[in-house]
Amino acid sequence: MSDYAADVAALARKDLLLELRSRDTLPAMLLFVVSALTVFHFALPAGSSARAETGLLWIAIVFTALLGLTRAFAAEREHGALDGLVLAPSDRSAIWLGKTIGVTAFLVLAELVALPAFALFFHSLSWELVAAVALADVGIAAIGTVLAAMAAASRARELLLPLMFLPLVIPVVIGGVGASVAVNPGSFLAFLALYDAVFVILCWASFEYVVTE
Amino acid sequence: MIRAQNLSKRFGDKRVLEGLDLEVARGGFVIVTGPNGSGKTTLLRLCAGLAAPTDGELDVYVPRGRIGFLGHESLLYGELTALENLELYGRLYRLPERRERSGAMLERFGLWRVRNERAGTFSRGMLQRLALCRTFLHDPDLLLLDEPFDGLDAEGAELLHAELTERSATALVATHDPEALEPRATARLALA
Amino acid sequence: MSTSLRNRSAALAAAAAGLLVGGIALAFYYAPEDADQGFSQKIFYIHVPIALTAYACFGVGAWKALRLLWTRERRYDLESYTAIHMGVIFGLLTLVTGSIWAKVSWGHWWTWGERQLVLFLILFLFYSSYFMLRYSTDPGPRRERNSAVYALFGVVLIPVSFLAVRIAGTILHPTIFTHEGADLPGSMLLAVTVCLAGMLALVATLYRVELAGKRIDARLRELRELLT
Repeated sequence: MSDYAADVAALARKDLLLELRSRDTLPAMLLFVVSALTVFHFALPAGSSARAETGLLWIAIVFTALLGLTRAFAAEREHGALDGLVLAPSDRSAIWLGKTIGVTAFLVLAELVALPAFALFFHSLSWELVAAVALADVGIAAIGTVLAAMAAASRARELLLPLMFLPLVIPVVIGGVGASVAVNPGSFLAFLALYDAVFVILCWASFEYVVTE
Repeated sequence: MIRAQNLSKRFGDKRVLEGLDLEVARGGFVIVTGPNGSGKTTLLRLCAGLAAPTDGELDVYVPRGRIGFLGHESLLYGELTALENLELYGRLYRLPERRERSGAMLERFGLWRVRNERAGTFSRGMLQRLALCRTFLHDPDLLLLDEPFDGLDAEGAELLHAELTERSATALVATHDPEALEPRATARLALA
Repeated sequence: MSTSLRNRSAALAAAAAGLLVGGIALAFYYAPEDADQGFSQKIFYIHVPIALTAYACFGVGAWKALRLLWTRERRYDLESYTAIHMGVIFGLLTLVTGSIWAKVSWGHWWTWGERQLVLFLILFLFYSSYFMLRYSTDPGPRRERNSAVYALFGVVLIPVSFLAVRIAGTILHPTIFTHEGADLPGSMLLAVTVCLAGMLALVATLYRVELAGKRIDARLRELRELLT
């Protein structure tokens, strides 16, 4: 394994281990997404279309991701560990990639509960929907990690992150909802893949600038 | 090893360092003194590359991975054990035999018996010892130490002294208690 | 501001005024009335140049941001900031003029079927957060870099959102109202081009004035700090 891959693996493993110990992010995400779906049931008038329900699922996913992202650098903030990572000789983009993998893992775990819950509460899932969620996770985690690092350097932190995050994920919601309800899901899935590719490259290349001066 | 010319750092409108000239030769041991807010911490962060100067030139002729930086904060993870923290840094610094090395380091600073306890449960002094372990773990060529004696008890201070005497690395040490390091010092820098 | 700079700004301002007056005159007296929309279509000559100018501002802002990250030269921070500042103003104007057009054409102030408007809403929200990012981060290299990276995100978000809004239209209503893409008669094209040139000259003038103001502001703060 190359040094780069080993760094990324060590950093991602560290995030999963920390979560396993402290258990403060993932349970919150799980509880939040199920609560949100319950609220949505009552927010939707009886007899609402499957389309409206699917749209609300996407809202739940985006906000659950946001909840996890506000905590993304919490462990690093506690004792200034981000400085320690930045000082290490590894490429700084490895910090981003490790963190993105961790965030994606939490998101996927939250959805492993959210999607069956959605199927139980509302209506059955299509494979297009599941594929769209998987694709969306990558883009959301990639962008969210960079924005979370930016927000961590600001005074407003928790306030700033959603403001920066939501406009950027509007295309994800468009792609996700389209893939779930449109007659031509293929083009929406392709769009999500394109979104992922473009932003993953941009985030990978720019993260170094966000954590250094 | 370090050369600074007319180095300045401002935070917004606040001037922290202004027009500082500094030259540290290989093997030099420079004690940095000065009152609170005189820029000791800032100078060390600039040298470590954690901050960028507002004006002036700063050259540090040491690769990033060869610097040992001890900051105000421990730069550790509270939810990882002492050993896990060092092993993670050992991994990132590409050290061979990380476990043995980390263990030996913990032993040297009297932390071996708490190696499997979480850093978050440590007292201030123990955390400082662990931070010192992290700083020295990769045998750095350049030491940047910010108040290294902070929080240490008499035994801890003794251990740090022994460590510093043993090592030949170039060092820039910010401290309020310069007398303790006087025998080792090659130069003193007083910031105002 | 030195005299030569002031003269150049004045010349730009004069060019902007001349081109805009000329462009509007062309739009009203030279370009033919639109067959479908009649007189109300004249707002097209303002709306479209403003929208294109906003894009240009965002593009310049991102370019300056890229230069900042490349060269570490701090002056690019203010330049990028100023360009995006102008972009947000013109983006807001795009929303306003587009909204007026929608009201006149379809009787609604807002229509989600109008792609350009929806896109500008997304961009407006995105770039408004740029200001939030700047205001809530302490001045210094970290803020300069974060702002620059955010500006780069923006210039990537523009085509991505454009594509997203385009395919979004196919979810519910496959046919969308379009104004662009249609074959414009030469006279209309001429009018809109002159208006665009005028708008670009206008934004260049505003950019210079605003940048000079921001620089003086920064300089003043430094001097004040030196005195205390």
